[in-house]
Amino acid sequence: MPTTNAVNGSNYLTYQGKYKGLLGWILSTDHKRIGLLYLYSICVMFCVGVLLGLAMKFELLAPGKTIMDAQTYNATFTVHGVIMIFMVVIPGLPAVFGNLMMPIMIGAEDVAFPKLNLLSWWLYVLGVILVLCALIFGEGTPDTGWTFYAPYSFKTGTNLLPAIFGAFVLGFSSILTGLNFLVTIHRERCPGMKWTKLPLFVWTLYGTAWIQLLATPVVGITLVLVALERLFNIGVFDPALGGDPILYQHLFWIYSHPAVYIMILPAMGAISEIIPTFSQKHIFGYKAIIASTLSIAFVGYLVWGHHMFTAGMSGTAQYYFSLLTFIVSIPSAIKVFNWISTMYKGSINIQTPFYWAVSFIFVFMVGGLSGLVLGALAADIYVHDTAFVVAHFHYIVFGGTGFAFFAAIHYWFPKIFGRMYDTAWANIGWLVFTIGFLALYSPMFYLGMMGMPRRYYDYLPEFHGGNILSTFGSWIMVTGFIIILVNLIRSAKKGEPAEVNPWKSKTLEWTVPSPPPVLNFETEPFLTEEDGPYNYE
Amino acid sequence: MSEEKHHIVPYRLYVIILLALLALTFSSIAITEIELGVYTVAGALLFAIIKSYLVLTYFMHLKYDKPYIKIMVLFVFAIFVVVLVITMLDYLYRV
Repeated sequence: MPTTNAVNGSNYLTYQGKYKGLLGWILSTDHKRIGLLYLYSICVMFCVGVLLGLAMKFELLAPGKTIMDAQTYNATFTVHGVIMIFMVVIPGLPAVFGNLMMPIMIGAEDVAFPKLNLLSWWLYVLGVILVLCALIFGEGTPDTGWTFYAPYSFKTGTNLLPAIFGAFVLGFSSILTGLNFLVTIHRERCPGMKWTKLPLFVWTLYGTAWIQLLATPVVGITLVLVALERLFNIGVFDPALGGDPILYQHLFWIYSHPAVYIMILPAMGAISEIIPTFSQKHIFGYKAIIASTLSIAFVGYLVWGHHMFTAGMSGTAQYYFSLLTFIVSIPSAIKVFNWISTMYKGSINIQTPFYWAVSFIFVFMVGGLSGLVLGALAADIYVHDTAFVVAHFHYIVFGGTGFAFFAAIHYWFPKIFGRMYDTAWANIGWLVFTIGFLALYSPMFYLGMMGMPRRYYDYLPEFHGGNILSTFGSWIMVTGFIIILVNLIRSAKKGEPAEVNPWKSKTLEWTVPSPPPVLNFETEPFLTEEDGPYNYE
Repeated sequence: MSEEKHHIVPYRLYVIILLALLALTFSSIAITEIELGVYTVAGALLFAIIKSYLVLTYFMHLKYDKPYIKIMVLFVFAIFVVVLVITMLDYLYRV
């Protein structure tokens, strides 16, 4: 095992291949470089999404018009949603850390199809450009919400087609990444890397890849049907032409609910790596976590109708979807019990990734429990389409995936860049961000319960106090984000050289130099019976 | 993890399958000349299913693959059927 870092030696960051400079990056088929391309692209889009979110919160600082009118507000939340969902959280952990770490974690030189991997990133960029075209050109920025609900999506006069086509292309990128990961995990594992020795992050990527492969084509075809409806009035969703708008919702959520698991499963995987590492203890219930991962991937595919309880669906379908929604919460809860049991009596080393992981569990629990309120038929009718839904959604998607993303970047940062970040500033960033997050989204639970609808630029005076707190929270959270971002960017250039294995972890990526060489391993690794991803003494 | 032998399929078989697919395509067009009423869509789907079976079996080598690959494909079709059945819980029970 190497004991020194490779910052100044030949590694994937400094390697000079066929092309030089920028071309050497955007045409590279090295999985780690592609992972970094995704990281930078997603960070840029995340910043854009955050700015739009800030603008929305600023508008809600006071009743009436503050900085934008109703139409602009509608466009702002639409673009915020499209960017954050399709360009940030869906590709987020799988595309960034799946690419950066998964092949090393299974002892492979690269993914199974490196060129296809590069194509996935290019398709991602193309999708982003198409969506941006919808904002810049045409009759106006799309205002349908990120869900493109029929029949409004083919009646709005805004420039929706490029956005739909962009989402379609982004879906292709996701499918190709999923396919690549599935084949890689099946075919490229090193000798001795049995299925029962796979790190849990890889297991969650495996479950995610199946969802990407099976669910994404559904939304692709659905968006094509919306485009055809707009262009040719074919009458699939338009009730005036004999179509059924609820069919659109079925098709959209058949993808978009499993997409929530595309977002959250790899997040759970990253947390399952971090908790045993910083507890220096074997993960509690390894096989139970695998089973719960696959259960979430499977059952999560069958609960889409809980987004449609008030849409006019049959009572029979409502009962069914409500029941399965409660069932799908069980495997998620199993994971939480496993993480907490792993920490119990462990040698806990409190570092920045651990702070993020523990706060992930907290916000994910709040998000998950509030999801049960929405999964209950009667309660859902009361809080449907209120700020309560916005709070729940952000606690799960931002609190879950976002916190896990920050946990993962602080965990794998020394391996990715070969340098350590400033721990004190990282911890301050986490604290400020978490306080801001709680202040931003917690009031929305109350506001929703009191009846404040979502997706309006205005509200009644009695909601003013909660909205002020929420807007202040957004400023605090962004301050925390800036601290984190500056610290990481600075540390990537000027941080102290990192050790090969600064966290004393047991997975394979911590056996290679930091940053890793181009083909990851000098000699193919081999796992013995005694080796395992969580075999701590 | 393991090296597997690749089954070599003779070109003759590919040509036969190609011709079969073309024949089925023309048949699926020709059958629209016959008035089948509510069975029109069923007829089109029947031809599509046979064509998919041929593509999966021969062009995608499912016939020569290990059983776990076949199980995966069956699993995908099973999910497709389950999703259809669940969707029908809405359409068949609406009041």
